Amino acid sequence: MGTYRKKIRTRLKIRHVSPFAETKDKKIALEDTPLFGTLLKKRDFYAGGLMTLLGAAVTLDSLSYTLGTLTHMGPGMFPLMLGVTLTLVGALILGTAVATPLSEDERILPEKPEWFAWACILAGPIAFIILGEFFGLVPATFACVFIPALGDRTATLKGSAILAAGVTVFGVALFSYVLKIPFPLFRWGF
Amino acid sequence: MFETALTDLWYGFGVALEPHNVMWCFLGVFVGNMVGVLPGMGPLATISILLPLTFGIKPVGAILMLAGVFYGSQYGGAICSILLNLPCHPPHAVTCLDGFPLTKKGRGGAALGITVISSFVGASWGITEMIFLSPILVVVALKFGPAEICSLMLLGLLAGSTLARGSPLKGVAMTVCGLLIGIVGSDIETGTPRFTFGIPNLFDGVEIVALALGLFGIAEFMKSVNQLSEIDTKYTNVKFKDLRPTRDEFRRAVPAMFRGTIIGSLCALIPGTGPTIASFISYATEKKISKTPEKFGTGMIEGVACPEASTHSSVQGDFIPTMSLGIPGDAVMALILGALMIQGIVPGPQLISEHPDIFWGLIASFWIGNIILVILNVPMIGLWVKLLTIPYKYLYPAAMFFVAIGVYSTNNDMFQVGEVVLIGVVGYVLLLLDFHPAPILLGFVLGPRFEENFRRAMLISRGDILVFVKHPISAVFIGLCVLLIVMQIYVRLRAPKSLPTEIALPTDHHKAAEAAE
Repeated sequence: MGTYRKKIRTRLKIRHVSPFAETKDKKIALEDTPLFGTLLKKRDFYAGGLMTLLGAAVTLDSLSYTLGTLTHMGPGMFPLMLGVTLTLVGALILGTAVATPLSEDERILPEKPEWFAWACILAGPIAFIILGEFFGLVPATFACVFIPALGDRTATLKGSAILAAGVTVFGVALFSYVLKIPFPLFRWGF
Repeated sequence: MFETALTDLWYGFGVALEPHNVMWCFLGVFVGNMVGVLPGMGPLATISILLPLTFGIKPVGAILMLAGVFYGSQYGGAICSILLNLPCHPPHAVTCLDGFPLTKKGRGGAALGITVISSFVGASWGITEMIFLSPILVVVALKFGPAEICSLMLLGLLAGSTLARGSPLKGVAMTVCGLLIGIVGSDIETGTPRFTFGIPNLFDGVEIVALALGLFGIAEFMKSVNQLSEIDTKYTNVKFKDLRPTRDEFRRAVPAMFRGTIIGSLCALIPGTGPTIASFISYATEKKISKTPEKFGTGMIEGVACPEASTHSSVQGDFIPTMSLGIPGDAVMALILGALMIQGIVPGPQLISEHPDIFWGLIASFWIGNIILVILNVPMIGLWVKLLTIPYKYLYPAAMFFVAIGVYSTNNDMFQVGEVVLIGVVGYVLLLLDFHPAPILLGFVLGPRFEENFRRAMLISRGDILVFVKHPISAVFIGLCVLLIVMQIYVRLRAPKSLPTEIALPTDHHKAAEAAE
């Protein structure tokens, strides 16, 4: 497995082709744990569980709308049908999780979780909302590019700032002057 | 039939050749080709990003451009796979198998040349198929009542979710999620707000742009950040004169090209089997019928020509159910359909007669676009190859801006930007749990029409749920649905022992395709 994965990596020049760590040696230790113990390690357990919960929630919520009859379906009927379907499908996914043996790549989070990069990517649009609301398009655009750019491991402050400045100039020209979206370039909106 | 189709096509050329339409078409294929080449950007993300920009232009121009992005990216993707061994887009994963060895032998240019020719042949066949098949389909589909439409949609949704990659059960779960997201907002008949959590911004429903950009933009960036390393560009020095294949290479590639075209067009007719499956099947077939199957993987030109032709013929064929029935086969088609709906055009069999300019203009623009692509790809190969070296760390932050501003500009509403962040997080969690979010979009686009027709069918049949099997045409569709489910169960129970096409191809390329998407 080790050499195989290495081969893929070198061939494709991708650092982590499979984002899942090797759990082979852990697996041996798991073999004598009870069923529920292994079940909690399975990705499909969470996948199926999530869908079942979602389906159940939808089913319950749809009962609060008027159901109507089949001839005159109310607003709640179609969601109810979908909710029941989703619950069933979720349960089936759970079922396959129970039925299949623990495989080697059950890890949900990638081998090296990129918490910082993920936070940067999500912080970009959030900064766009806040800065756009109070200070205008230019600062919002700059932040929306600058913050996600920092998420890359090789990124530098200077490089990210240059990229952000470039996109800001281009973006403002395109959206403000060509497409004319109603968004002031600068404002002081407290 | 034949004559009217040709007259209509002539009219279509009139529409597509209007200067501004040629410009949109050119812009679409140019951008498409560019993102096809760029590692780490897919057609789905690009079409979602461009979608808000098309609101200002006329429907015809918007559709020509978005469609151009899709088939343009297929041309670009081939460059990436052949020269870098990087399957940027899943359909081109198999092209790597023989394309890259050819590059190592110094015949990468010839492989690219053959790719351009096969792509054009495949696409031309796909377009011809669309010209003659769509009007026939429409004649049939116009006779459909709500029950038939409902069953057909069910078939489309089921095929789209189970035949795509990954576990079919998870695909169905994603489709149902998409249908549920489609419900959010006011109920069409009673006006009751459903699943809005009391937020007024949600009364109009979830914006398709926000959904697409969240799932295919933010979630994908989160998945790919810091995962793509520097690209090895030592083989990328390809010039115009290198593109010419030798006489022997050309002689071997031509029959493979035609076989690929046929396979691709057959795959296009089955909903849910898009270009990816077509290219895998065609590579496996080519290997099987070859006199020297052992040489595949060492740089056989047939192994490049056949999958590329089938990809393109199936890409064009995918437009047939989308445009003539209003039922998209995959997420890209769902997006294009979404773009039509934003422009206020109701998709369905009446589209061709009500908006002939869109339908025939689109078909004519396919030819124009494909010719532009050949022109773009042959002399300008040097430029595209240079684009390969743009690192991902500059791409995704710039794209983040387009995501934010794009989703804002749909309604000039900051709430939507928050929506896209939330959808992005959910999308990434789904990706981590091994769900493929593409069917969500399929369900989302079809959801409201599905519900509407279902209600109507129930009203007409006075609440008789068996109406779907009592009407003969509808019964056929339901039968096909059942067959599809039975087939899936059968395959799963026998798997993984006997899946010949999958065994024929090294598994690392499957993984690579998934990692790249």
